[in-house]
Amino acid sequence: MEAIEFTTPKTIDEAVQAMASKGDRARALAGGTDLLVQLRGGRRSADLVVDLKEVPELNEISYSPGSGLTIGAATPCYRLYANADVAANYPGLVDSASLIGSIQIQGRASFGGNLCNSAPSADAIPPMIALGAVANIIGPSGSRQVPVEDFCTGPGRNVLEPGELLVSINIPAPAANSGANYLRFIPRNEMDIAVAGVGSAVVLDASGQNFVSARIALASVAPTPVFCKAAGDSLAGKAVSDEAIEEAARLAMEDAKPITDMRGTIRQRIHLVGVLTRRTLNNAIKRARGEE
Amino acid sequence: MASNIVLSEVEYNVVGKRHLRPDGVDKVTGRAQYGADVQLTGLLQGKVLRSPHAHALIKSIDTSAAETFPGVHAVVTAADLPFASLSREELGGEYQRLKLASNHVLASDKALFKGHPIAAVAAESQHVAEEAARLIRVEYEVLPPAMTVRQAMESDAPLLHEDLFTSELGELSDKPSNVASHMAFETGDLDEGLKQADVVLEREFETASVHQGYIEPHNSTAFCNTDGQLNIWCSTQGPFVVRTSVADILRHPVSRVKVTPMEIGGGFGGKITAYLEPIAALLSRKSGRPVKVLMTRTEVFEASGPAPGTWMKVKLGVTSEGKITAADIFLAFEAGAFPGSPVMQGAACALACYDVPNARINGYDVVVNKPKTAAYRAPGSPQAAFAVESVIDEICEQMGMDPVEFRLRNASREGVRRVEGPIFRRIGLVECLEAARNHDHYKAPLEGPNRGRGVAAGFWFNRGFQSAVNISVNPDGTVNLIEGSVDIGGSRASIAQQAAETLGIAYEDVKPTVVDTDSIGYTMVTGGSRTTFATGWAAIEAAEDVKTQMVERAARIWDTPVEDVQYIDGVLSHKSDPELRMTFRELARQLLGTGGGITGASNVDPTGEGNGFGVHIVDVEVDPDTGKTTILRYTAVQDAGKAIHPSYVEGQMQGGVVQGIGWALNEEYFFNDQGQMMNSSFLDYRMPTALDLPMIDTVIVEVANPGHPYGVRGVGEVPIVPPLAAIGSAISHAVGRRIDRLPANPGAVLEALS
Ligand SMILES: Cc1cc2nc3c(=O)[nH]c(=O)nc-3n(C[C@H](O)[C@H](O)[C@H](O)COP(=O)(O)OP(=O)(O)OC[C@H]3O[C@@H](n4cnc5c(N)ncnc54)[C@H](O)[C@@H]3O)c2cc1C
Repeated sequence: MEAIEFTTPKTIDEAVQAMASKGDRARALAGGTDLLVQLRGGRRSADLVVDLKEVPELNEISYSPGSGLTIGAATPCYRLYANADVAANYPGLVDSASLIGSIQIQGRASFGGNLCNSAPSADAIPPMIALGAVANIIGPSGSRQVPVEDFCTGPGRNVLEPGELLVSINIPAPAANSGANYLRFIPRNEMDIAVAGVGSAVVLDASGQNFVSARIALASVAPTPVFCKAAGDSLAGKAVSDEAIEEAARLAMEDAKPITDMRGTIRQRIHLVGVLTRRTLNNAIKRARGEE
Repeated sequence: MASNIVLSEVEYNVVGKRHLRPDGVDKVTGRAQYGADVQLTGLLQGKVLRSPHAHALIKSIDTSAAETFPGVHAVVTAADLPFASLSREELGGEYQRLKLASNHVLASDKALFKGHPIAAVAAESQHVAEEAARLIRVEYEVLPPAMTVRQAMESDAPLLHEDLFTSELGELSDKPSNVASHMAFETGDLDEGLKQADVVLEREFETASVHQGYIEPHNSTAFCNTDGQLNIWCSTQGPFVVRTSVADILRHPVSRVKVTPMEIGGGFGGKITAYLEPIAALLSRKSGRPVKVLMTRTEVFEASGPAPGTWMKVKLGVTSEGKITAADIFLAFEAGAFPGSPVMQGAACALACYDVPNARINGYDVVVNKPKTAAYRAPGSPQAAFAVESVIDEICEQMGMDPVEFRLRNASREGVRRVEGPIFRRIGLVECLEAARNHDHYKAPLEGPNRGRGVAAGFWFNRGFQSAVNISVNPDGTVNLIEGSVDIGGSRASIAQQAAETLGIAYEDVKPTVVDTDSIGYTMVTGGSRTTFATGWAAIEAAEDVKTQMVERAARIWDTPVEDVQYIDGVLSHKSDPELRMTFRELARQLLGTGGGITGASNVDPTGEGNGFGVHIVDVEVDPDTGKTTILRYTAVQDAGKAIHPSYVEGQMQGGVVQGIGWALNEEYFFNDQGQMMNSSFLDYRMPTALDLPMIDTVIVEVANPGHPYGVRGVGEVPIVPPLAAIGSAISHAVGRRIDRLPANPGAVLEALS
């Protein structure tokens, strides 16, 4: 039988103190859709659970065309897609927020929790990487920023030190003529874990016919989410064409290092990376052109 | 639904109407009492320790640390089962059967599947019980497992049971084997039939282990009193079956076991076996306290019955006119860790839809290191139909024949003799095929790339067996109907309707109650599509008994011979004196002053079969890039005999289709190479969700069953039989490759395409 302490700090300082007091025996609680399941199933244990839902900075969404979007780490998915600024400027994030779990799960699950849980299959991470998101972290020895693509270090592991908290995620304001899309493949239509997922973001020139830049990231095909730098860079400066997209898809497939398990085989997953890279790039291009 | 085809000629007042279910309010307001809700003074919580290995010798079990753990009241192992202290001589011919039954409840010398119960603890709380269970030390010698029939049938396969010999057409093999039995059906002359054929096609098929997936996990609470009275509250389809099993395994007098069935959250055949009940009873006997044991979802997957994985071969011979002349069928079904797969049923159903003059069916029951299989909706029939119907579909494709037309040419009808012997009475397969052919779905062309349409037929026996019903008349003219059939799919309503129809009173005036095994006569399981048929029949007979007694009472009150009194539509009247007339209600009010209350009783055991058939049509679209199948449209046609409550018949048809879609597309037990199930949760055991399903259209055909007073056939099993083959064929047409393994999940379809 395990006794667990529970605390609900009201400020960032209190939260950091609480986390620091128990080191790696303290766990932050956002929506709890990962944490509670893991504690119950015996896959994680903790002496102290620190509820983040009453710390204001962790539960806010703010947007300005200058500084972009800041998502408080504990903000649930439904508040993302219900937010007019997010809906207008970040459809690539809405793709993710509206497919995680189900309506009930989206009422609780946060992007911050998704990132800190650091599952290879996390659906919120690839679009954040594709959009150049940065994680704002605070801890006993101050705050720091880490690009989301550098955040995860292994399945369920990340750069957070014991006692550290994710405060928010910052995403730059969308460039002109830009668009993003996230798609995952699951055998059913909901309540499933990605066999493979791809997030793509593109910036086109004013004509909408040429890539200025692109970023592509993958889910479920490696121990961590994968940032496919080469695949995205291969598009920069090229004309929008099936060949260019095909080449990016090929490079993305090269970056996929999946395993075979009950959810899919290596072959199937690499193949799906190709399919989804093509599809997300095409969707992102449409959005960049304002066609959707 | 508007498209239902009603062929029965009789007009009924209550039967055939869509009444409200009596248990509805309790269920939607959360007041219905399920097994997990049972609370008793001094209740202890139990926890079962299970084998982590698929196949291992149990060298020793040390329970001492658990026994002395604070808060623990009892620990049991197989050594506490009576079997452990009974000698082979004492048991005689019972030895082998009781050994297998006891070892299934708690493993003694060997763990035969991951999840096999090894020991159990009863403690003050669930947490204490779990902690104490972890303190039990079990020493295993891990053995290689045999996980599939193909593997287990190899001559050098690891043997599960050293003393299991193949029972082959009545004889036992000389060497022990994983093949528990080999059975065969034969009719006509197979070689001759193959000679007459213009087209002969042979194909091989495999299907995976699948689980019933009921929402409510198994649970059992037992209290064994010091006087030997054993009371059990549980979630079961068959309280009398549980009573028999517990009495048998615990060597407890059957009359001292009372089983109270709680409300049930689904069963589909999987809640007939007594898994937890004997364990809870042992723990209670040892602790002197009531004990509740629950399964987690993982335990449900790992240790309650899946439907068998199979390996099948089908060879059909057909003339150029599309007449089947011969069928040669091989079925090998996984039994799980103990003998008893439904291969016999699979063999009997395989060709039941067709008039096949020359046939041979060989069936093999094979033990493997998986949980023992249990019944699952039409046990054995969906798999067999997948194989046979897929071959028919491919033959139709090769010959350019319409698949419904082909089936009509070969369809079983009255007088046709099945391969295993019985001769059909009036059945409704032809009417179902005609209804399918005339359906708007079948007539609508299917356009667009990557799309395909599949058609398949299916059969289930629908046998009767024993049921009992008591009906007592209340002073206000209502009646209490007491039954032993657990209500899974709305049977309280469908049984009450038959009583009301017979009595000529309103449906609302019949109050049905499901009671414990002390309070009603022997009633077989709610399963086998038998409940509305057989318990309904018992209700009719009990109602007839009430009518007889009501007539006698009226005669006594009017001081007239019984022969002069008639009972029509709930009104008693004198045949010649119009002054003498009483409604059921008026007489009910007078009963207590005129000789006492009236109770009608009946015990029935109807012989013969209801014989249900269904024909399904499905359209699919397959994404060629991902291999994912989307069901675009689905229509299920079925002969219900008489749909007592059409909404519940439609519900059964849709539910069967949904489960069939699961088998066809994604559901399977996924094992690692050590035989451990890797997907024992609803996250990774992929049953269809609401978003994976189209609206499933239903057409009820009514060809009255001549073997039932209201023509009922039973409807629960048939609708899971055709979907596997219908969907497999539809995908085959969509992708241009035959689907011969299920599930046809996206990965498998992608492989087939590459
Ligand atoms: C039924 C169901 C379906 C699901 N479906 C999906 C799906 O489709 N796609 C998907 O990606 N995921 C899915 N998940 C997983 C889960 O919902 C998501 O990962 C979700 O985003 C987690 O967010 P949360 O707020 O609930 O995190 P929590 O469970 O609260 O936290 C997750 C982890 O992050 C840590 N943590 C949380 N916040 C912080 C912080 N600010 N600083 C430091 N550490 C922190 C916690 O300690 C914990 O270890 C599903 C879960 C369930 C139960």
